[in-house]
Amino acid sequence: MTAKLQALLGWVDARYPLSKMWKEHLSEYYAPKNFNFWYYFGSLALMVLVLQIVTGIFLTMNYKPDATLAFASVEGIMRDVNWGNLIRYMHSTGASAFFIVVYLHMYRGLMYGSFKKPRELIWILGVFIYVALMAEAFMGYLLPWGQMSYWGAQVIVNLFGAVPYIGNDLAVWIRGDFVVSDATLNRFFAFHVIAVPLILLVLVVMHIIALHEVGSNNPDGVEIKKKKGADGKPLDGIPFHPYYTVKDIVGVVVFLIGFCVIVFFAPEGGGIFLEGDNFIPADPLKTPEHIKPLWYFTPFYAILRAIPPMFSSQFPGVIAMGAAIVVLFFLPWIDRHAVKSIRYREPLYTMALMLFIITFVMLAWLGMQPALPHLSELAFRFSELYFAFFGILAIYSQVRNKNIYMFWLVALTVLIVAMDIPRYVGANADKQALIRYSIFIPLFYLAATLWLPMVTKWNQSKTVPDRVTT
Amino acid sequence: MNKKLILLIAVFFPALALASGGEAHLSKADINLENTDSLRRGARLFTNYCLSCHSAGYVRYKRVANDLGVDEKLAARDMMFVYDFSKKTEGQPKKIGDLMTVAMSSEDAKQWFGTAVPDLSVIARSREADWLYTYLTTFYVDAKRPMGVNNIAFHNVGMPHVLWELDGLKKPIYEVKKHKHGDTETEEQVFTGKFEYLTEGKLSPAKYKEAANDLVNFLVYLGEPGRMERQRTGVLVIFFLVILLVFSYLMKREFWKDVH
Repeated sequence: MTAKLQALLGWVDARYPLSKMWKEHLSEYYAPKNFNFWYYFGSLALMVLVLQIVTGIFLTMNYKPDATLAFASVEGIMRDVNWGNLIRYMHSTGASAFFIVVYLHMYRGLMYGSFKKPRELIWILGVFIYVALMAEAFMGYLLPWGQMSYWGAQVIVNLFGAVPYIGNDLAVWIRGDFVVSDATLNRFFAFHVIAVPLILLVLVVMHIIALHEVGSNNPDGVEIKKKKGADGKPLDGIPFHPYYTVKDIVGVVVFLIGFCVIVFFAPEGGGIFLEGDNFIPADPLKTPEHIKPLWYFTPFYAILRAIPPMFSSQFPGVIAMGAAIVVLFFLPWIDRHAVKSIRYREPLYTMALMLFIITFVMLAWLGMQPALPHLSELAFRFSELYFAFFGILAIYSQVRNKNIYMFWLVALTVLIVAMDIPRYVGANADKQALIRYSIFIPLFYLAATLWLPMVTKWNQSKTVPDRVTT
Repeated sequence: MNKKLILLIAVFFPALALASGGEAHLSKADINLENTDSLRRGARLFTNYCLSCHSAGYVRYKRVANDLGVDEKLAARDMMFVYDFSKKTEGQPKKIGDLMTVAMSSEDAKQWFGTAVPDLSVIARSREADWLYTYLTTFYVDAKRPMGVNNIAFHNVGMPHVLWELDGLKKPIYEVKKHKHGDTETEEQVFTGKFEYLTEGKLSPAKYKEAANDLVNFLVYLGEPGRMERQRTGVLVIFFLVILLVFSYLMKREFWKDVH
């Protein structure tokens, strides 16, 4: 039997590089042996992608992309399809799980400098995956044709209308109509079930090929390929299969336990994963009281709302929101510090990164809240911190002369104040007070990130070891 | 389009504060989907009182009968009062596998009540149970309204008090609360949570509350009939995963013994 299987494998190998690929990507792909908790999220993202595709196929069998039938067909899935409620909840929870996993995966990259040379393309492909994922989630959310689906899509597509000159035509072109309608639902369905998933799959394959070309980074940020044994294998590397396959299985099971707790016992996620308003069929004539996008878009939504309109155009906000995503593509050239891992980088980098996490979480929260004056002001300040982080990363790329820190401290302070002047002039007394108080948030941030390196040694990084630590 | 966008954003967000301002304090509903008796009583109220204007158009009679352990013949006799007025089966009685739709068209509803009557299949998913319970228990007499009643939870509601013969007709008791802002004093009418009964209903106030609770319980069931089965399945799935975790961890430990 074994001999026959061997012969079959030989027959295949002569025609298709099956064994070769197995070796290259699994059994002889050497991964650093010191992966920690944060390294589970890559394989988890892949698993969630498969889960979304499989549950999506089953949903498509019963879903009807028609404005008059869509809502009822989703309820039909919930009631008349065997296990349909679970298939739908796996898909809806899977969407949120995808973003949780991808955000943690990206945070890992930031912590250990996984985007740096020679892994720039892995990072860029990853950001493309993230953008495709956002498009996928946004268009998928229209399909249940509930009130939040409808009005969320209406608001976001209207953003394209804010583009000068071509905006109106652009928005009509995207919708296929003057408002979100049956035509929009049909094309979003097409994009959601075939166009974007196809792009996603290609990008994921490219992401992994690029990773396997240069090899994985690790929590120490040490290049394991630089220290090879007599057999030509990295001394600190272990074959991905079986070591990381068995390890990732443990990660998958732990993830599935958490995932199933939500799917089986709290599929609405407290109104964050599935919103109550989306159980009301879409009504183009009735605007819901509070339109907000799903939680994974809210950091960018907060930035969009925080930037004040100019010449009665929302375009600056749209630009800022776009820039908040586009800046991620350039990260490998923004942060050029020679040390990759947070373990050996200067303490101030750790501080800046923690502040960035706080900023991102705050923006996510603010994006879910109604735009009350003090919350909008807070969102404006945290938007400033969001972009400031990337400026600080560029400055932190090496230990600088004190005058340079001073220059940037003064320059950025002037910029912050200058941006407040047009907002301050002509605002009412309450708003002016808010601006006066809240300006301390960015000023304090600049002081912490740019004054501290002048007066402390916290801008000194540690020596990176030759080999990985365990 | 730019103006439209700004308008959209400007309109939606401050509106939340205004919208929540009108909400009364909600009474707590006692939701228990294991209580089949309560669900059956709720189903009886629902089919007798609600299901002639309101549809539950995503729900089948058969599903309700089976889930609530009601014999299908009994269900046909006691729950199915709506006739089918679709073209093919003009005036025929509904079948047990049919959806719980109603004969009233939304055009008629708009004319009679000023608004389309919402379908109630998933009402307990967009409105919380406590809100529904408060809504059903706080109808009061208001001569200014076209239907003669108003509601504490849903101000200026278009729906008549369909359960009035059970509840009776009542009037809220207000108390005057005084607020001092420096020198000026303002008075505010605050609902005490109590009612004065003008006519008694067939049920005592306590019994009526129980009936309203049964109805809300049924509406929550209707929101996702598969909920109880989903949760029962969940326990088994997670039990399986925990066992799988033990074995997968042991396997990982065995393989990793030789990594130093």
